[in-house]
Amino acid sequence: MVERDDVMEANVARPIIRVQAPAAAQLSEEVLPSHELKMTARDVNLWYGEKQALFDVSLDIFDSSVTALIGPSGCGKSTFLRCLDRMNDVIEGVRMTGDITLDGENIYAPQVDPVQLRARVGMVFQKPNPFPKSIFENVAYGPRIHGLARSKADLEEIVVKSLTRAGLFEEVKDRLQESGTGLSGGQQQRLCIARAISVNPEVLLMDEPCSALDPIATARIETLMDELRKSLCIVIVTHSMQQAARVSQRTAFFHLGKLVEVGDTTKMFTNPTDVRTQDYVTGRFG
Amino acid sequence: MSDAQTINRQPRAANWASDAARRRVRRRYAADRRLQAYGIIAIALAVGLLGILVTSLVSTGFPAFVQTKVDLAIYVDPSKVDPKDPANGNFRALVREALAPFVPEGATDKQKIDVTKILTSDAPYIVRDYVVDHPDTVGKTVTLPIAVSDPYDQLQKGVIPKEVDALSWSQVRYFERLQTRGVVAEEGGRTSLKLEVYVDPARIAAGPPPSGDFAAVARDSLQAYLPDVHDTALFAMLADDAPDALANRVAEDPSLIGKTAQVIFPVAKPFAQLANGESPKVLNPRFTSTQIEAFDTMVAKGVVHMPFNWELFFNADSRFPERAGLAGAVTGSFYALLVCFLLSFPIGIAAAIYLEEFAPKNRLTDLIEVNINNLAAVPSVVFGLLGLAVFLGYFGLPRSAPLVGGMVLSLMTLPTIIIATRAALKAVPPSIREAALGIGASKHQVILHHVLPLAMPGILTGTIIGMAQALGETAPLLLIGMNAFIPSVESMGILEPATSLPTQIYSWADSPERGFVSRTSAAILVLLGFLVVMNIVAITLRQMFERKW
Repeated sequence: MVERDDVMEANVARPIIRVQAPAAAQLSEEVLPSHELKMTARDVNLWYGEKQALFDVSLDIFDSSVTALIGPSGCGKSTFLRCLDRMNDVIEGVRMTGDITLDGENIYAPQVDPVQLRARVGMVFQKPNPFPKSIFENVAYGPRIHGLARSKADLEEIVVKSLTRAGLFEEVKDRLQESGTGLSGGQQQRLCIARAISVNPEVLLMDEPCSALDPIATARIETLMDELRKSLCIVIVTHSMQQAARVSQRTAFFHLGKLVEVGDTTKMFTNPTDVRTQDYVTGRFG
Repeated sequence: MSDAQTINRQPRAANWASDAARRRVRRRYAADRRLQAYGIIAIALAVGLLGILVTSLVSTGFPAFVQTKVDLAIYVDPSKVDPKDPANGNFRALVREALAPFVPEGATDKQKIDVTKILTSDAPYIVRDYVVDHPDTVGKTVTLPIAVSDPYDQLQKGVIPKEVDALSWSQVRYFERLQTRGVVAEEGGRTSLKLEVYVDPARIAAGPPPSGDFAAVARDSLQAYLPDVHDTALFAMLADDAPDALANRVAEDPSLIGKTAQVIFPVAKPFAQLANGESPKVLNPRFTSTQIEAFDTMVAKGVVHMPFNWELFFNADSRFPERAGLAGAVTGSFYALLVCFLLSFPIGIAAAIYLEEFAPKNRLTDLIEVNINNLAAVPSVVFGLLGLAVFLGYFGLPRSAPLVGGMVLSLMTLPTIIIATRAALKAVPPSIREAALGIGASKHQVILHHVLPLAMPGILTGTIIGMAQALGETAPLLLIGMNAFIPSVESMGILEPATSLPTQIYSWADSPERGFVSRTSAAILVLLGFLVVMNIVAITLRQMFERKW
């Protein structure tokens, strides 16, 4: 029955994809040629204890663009995303093989400190998770622990800049000392984005950032992503194919822990090579 | 929808209106109500028992919160107290003289000394301490409120009566049995016993005058009426002149020797009163009549009053209940809890953080975890034995000291704090850890900046509850001797012998003086008060630090 419900939902959603996809495709065609390779994954295998979650995943991620990871639940897309900033390190019983590079440097090399790496590769989570501290402290925390601000004025500048880039500053400028948890869901998520970009990361990983938000807040975040990708490399995991079509330039389709197909978003949504991709994007399974 | 499913469904849908279905619904509601009733009964029982406990404590302990005192006008006689050396004056004499106005006229020296026993035995020291603090009072008259001794305090509070029943319950029974046998009669204006006496020639000689142990013969003849009674209290029934009645009888008629004759023995006064329907009373043996007279004079002159008993809180222990207070016990408990907190709070949190955040999951850490949980269930007396054997026996730390008490209590509190801290750490949502890790916080930054502050309310609650348990713990402190007799708070320290609230309660409960009964209850109320305060602090802290995420 569950599958059936999903099919229903996808059937309703399908017309929107067809309308939206060409627009996103045009956008990506403009930008794509200038992209440099930012991150690469080669033959990534990952096990949770005995259970293998990723099978030989190899993927290139380009700078100044949004790469969407799509696929049915449990296909390993979030797991793969967490490999990119070594967040899986903290989970008990996870074993990984393969190479992941950032600017050509293996991030799993012994000399790489995962704490430093996570400053370069920021992350935004599914559920907005601001610290139960003031809005200012939420954003100032990262620069402070990484020593990015030399003075209090510096720090304030970084906080204002980050909030502005996250499109939140105008809404909260009068209540920076109020708790971050008092904001609405969409504002909280933008606060989390501001927090993530406050340390000037090169890559921003977003794990279903809009799944807990209403359509209006979602639209704001999507606009923001389009804005941010000019200076950042963004990787987003999403369940919503419309969202992938709207915001991403490249899309990777995961299924049962394997990377099935990767390509320009336009091509993936209009003319995928693999029959499974076609079935998924047209809503035949999920 | 297949045919099979349709067929399966029909009977179920049709059942809703049937009697069976209605019965099922009724039964379900009845079960709900029963469950609710069990809960209400359980709560009522618990509240009722608590109410009984508190009521009994308050009613018993209430008198201890006031203390009968006498405002004594004392002339500090310079001939007895040297103004240059007031500490060595003869204060006993001062007190005796101050009591002179209340002593009945013509009292003997012994009776005068009896009157001083109305006041607490500490009275001369109270006067001395006052005069030493105020040397300018030498040569003047000062009026000091001085506590009365325990029996008079209890008398004034109405706990013990001035007069008690002269006859025991069994004596009354014996007399009633004799009455039903018709032995008791009124003879010559006196209540008497008409007893058949065998005048044993072996014991009584004819004389004249007749001689022998008339008293013994009289007792034996009385005993013969109640052969099942083996109680010397029975013989109190015979008046002092009862043997004379037998002697006179034999003198009148020497031929009675060797025969059985009826002799009329007068009964003692209380029994005569009993026969007249009165209930015979005597003065409570704790008091003498001179004392009572003097005390009544004091009451009549209005110098006896009953102020709030601050000494219960500001005095240390004393052998005299009217002077005993809890200051020593509270101080000892405070030091022990301080040591306990300083040891168990940091160690407990550190251990919990390691186990929860760093420790690998393997057989060793599993074993540690199981044992921590087991430690929380170990009877406290075992920790006391451990403290006795290890801290006192092996390390040679001082006996009875709050340091050792605190160490033993921290053994007990540690598992509680570790378990509470681990639970609090576990309750911090993983999203907060991820958020901190995600922007590049290291493990210690995640824990110290984010997880620990969020877990703090839980940790504090657990700690305070552990401390409250430690505050009420008696057995381990008794084993390391932390029930010392501490008459003065000034000499107390971490390494000095001390007592604590629960052990003080224990030793007071063990004391024979009447005044300690109410003081024990009062001390329990004070202990309960501290526990309530600690729990309120725990709740307040939790609410204060509670943050939403």
